[in-house]
Amino acid sequence: MSEVLGIFMTLEGFILSLTVFALAIFLGFELISKVPATLHTPLMSGANAISGISIVGALLAANSGEANTATILAFFAIVLATINVVGGFLVTNRMLQMIRGKKRGGN
Amino acid sequence: MVEVSSLLDIGYLISATLFIFGIKMLGSPKTAPKGNMYGALGMFVAVIVTVLKMQLSDGGIEGWMWIILGLGLGAAIGYWMATTVEMTGMPELVALFNGFGGAASALVALSEALKVYTSETYELATPIFQVYHLIPILAIGASALVGWMTLTGSLVAMFKLKGGFTIPFTEKWVRFPTWGPSWLNYVKSGLFLGGLIMIIMTLNDPGNLGLIYGIVGVSCLLGILFVLPIGGADMPVVVSLLNSLSGIAAAFTGFVVGNTVLIIAGSMVGAAGLILTFIMCKAMNRELFDVLFKAFGGSTKESLTRTKVGSDPEEVAMVLDGISKCIIVPGYGMAVSQSQHLVKEFADILEENDVDVSYAIHPVAGRMPGHMNVLLAEANVPYEKLIEMDEINSEFSECDVALVIGANDTINPAARSGEGPLGGMPIIDADKAGVVVIIKRSLSVGYAGVDNDLFYEDKTMMLFGDGKKMMTELNSALKEL
Repeated sequence: MSEVLGIFMTLEGFILSLTVFALAIFLGFELISKVPATLHTPLMSGANAISGISIVGALLAANSGEANTATILAFFAIVLATINVVGGFLVTNRMLQMIRGKKRGGN
Repeated sequence: MVEVSSLLDIGYLISATLFIFGIKMLGSPKTAPKGNMYGALGMFVAVIVTVLKMQLSDGGIEGWMWIILGLGLGAAIGYWMATTVEMTGMPELVALFNGFGGAASALVALSEALKVYTSETYELATPIFQVYHLIPILAIGASALVGWMTLTGSLVAMFKLKGGFTIPFTEKWVRFPTWGPSWLNYVKSGLFLGGLIMIIMTLNDPGNLGLIYGIVGVSCLLGILFVLPIGGADMPVVVSLLNSLSGIAAAFTGFVVGNTVLIIAGSMVGAAGLILTFIMCKAMNRELFDVLFKAFGGSTKESLTRTKVGSDPEEVAMVLDGISKCIIVPGYGMAVSQSQHLVKEFADILEENDVDVSYAIHPVAGRMPGHMNVLLAEANVPYEKLIEMDEINSEFSECDVALVIGANDTINPAARSGEGPLGGMPIIDADKAGVVVIIKRSLSVGYAGVDNDLFYEDKTMMLFGDGKKMMTELNSALKEL
């Protein structure tokens, strides 16, 4: 149980996490303001790749010697999260390369 | 060894910092490619730190096989999908990746739920539960509710972007339905409330896996019902909102496994995704509430009562002879027919004859904002020739010919009336040009299901046919002049 609950075994740990959570939300709201329409899709795609951070959670969950249902679910989580991360950053890069290539062609 | 493991948390701080700079830089054209690199680097650091932390913990890594196999398989599939996709299929791919991210978060939560509820220590720990110990239990439910909804919603959005799907083992193509009577909103509210109640119930009865599966079921259904009534034209907004949801799911999962980098990156993407959703809504002059809860297009398609005689490419080529200004208005039809290279060739021919050529880009042309920009960039159209709607609209009055290729709703004057499904959406003023040439398969209505008066005007020349075929014929007709 303690392993699963991790930092939440103490009240301080929980409050700290809640603080980080709230501040990160405010940061996210402030991070982007005016974005040209050209970049809407690459930004969405890049942010989407970052939301594949659940790969970390999946790795932690898969760290078990037993091949039980929980581990198998975590294994699928690793596969899906890795597809999201690797595919997401690559496809964003492809989009951005095209926008950049276009600029070079124009100058 | 404990100190080293704790010191590794600095790695998570570096990773979170890279994410912050990554998102910030992705918002500006000059820094965007670097921003994407920073994001990827941040993810790499997070994975390495996690693996090291697990190896240094008591007992080290027990599931090497799962981890290496999972990472390898995922990376191979992701690489293959991202590098082989046609640029026209890119919006669907983003939707699909987004669904995978949401599903990964939800699966982690489910995996942890199984571990907690089946462990013997859980029974022992129960009596000493404090209020804050209930947070992970709450987070498991919340992550399940948001995560599965993201998966099913993204899958429906993907099929809607494709327009339909082929039934397995047959050749039959089915158009993906858009369905949503107004009473469906009550069903959705009821399901959401039901999901919330079940999450609260897990607090009193954390060992009850039936409740967790109940939340999973409700969430899957909600995702489908949520996207089903929304028309294809609004799909970019939906995908952006689902992207925000997958971030929130990751943050909740962070509370489940007690990991700060998940909480930071997840909530940041959740918030930034929401802002991007609002920016996109503003570009379309739509309210987010209307997009989500007022069925738009598809359900009530106007039937056509008028006809228009089509023109042929030779006629159009003659009209184009000797003009001084031409504006090209691309739409989804250009993407589908892959005719961007031919459009560029068309522009080159005109420019050789001293015609001023530019491109009018509607913010939601195609199926994603920026879709047209990417396609035309692929065809080496110079960046400064792509002009956004607000800047170019005033130029149409002095433009001799507007060539519309595969666009419909974004040039429909019905939007100006402020009524009907398109009411209030800003449009490209193609109808103000001297002559309007429209390349389109037929007179059929666009995604919004509204007939287009512009097709029937005397100054409009319709070229009925596939974009690629028509552009080829038009280009050869121009060369023969």
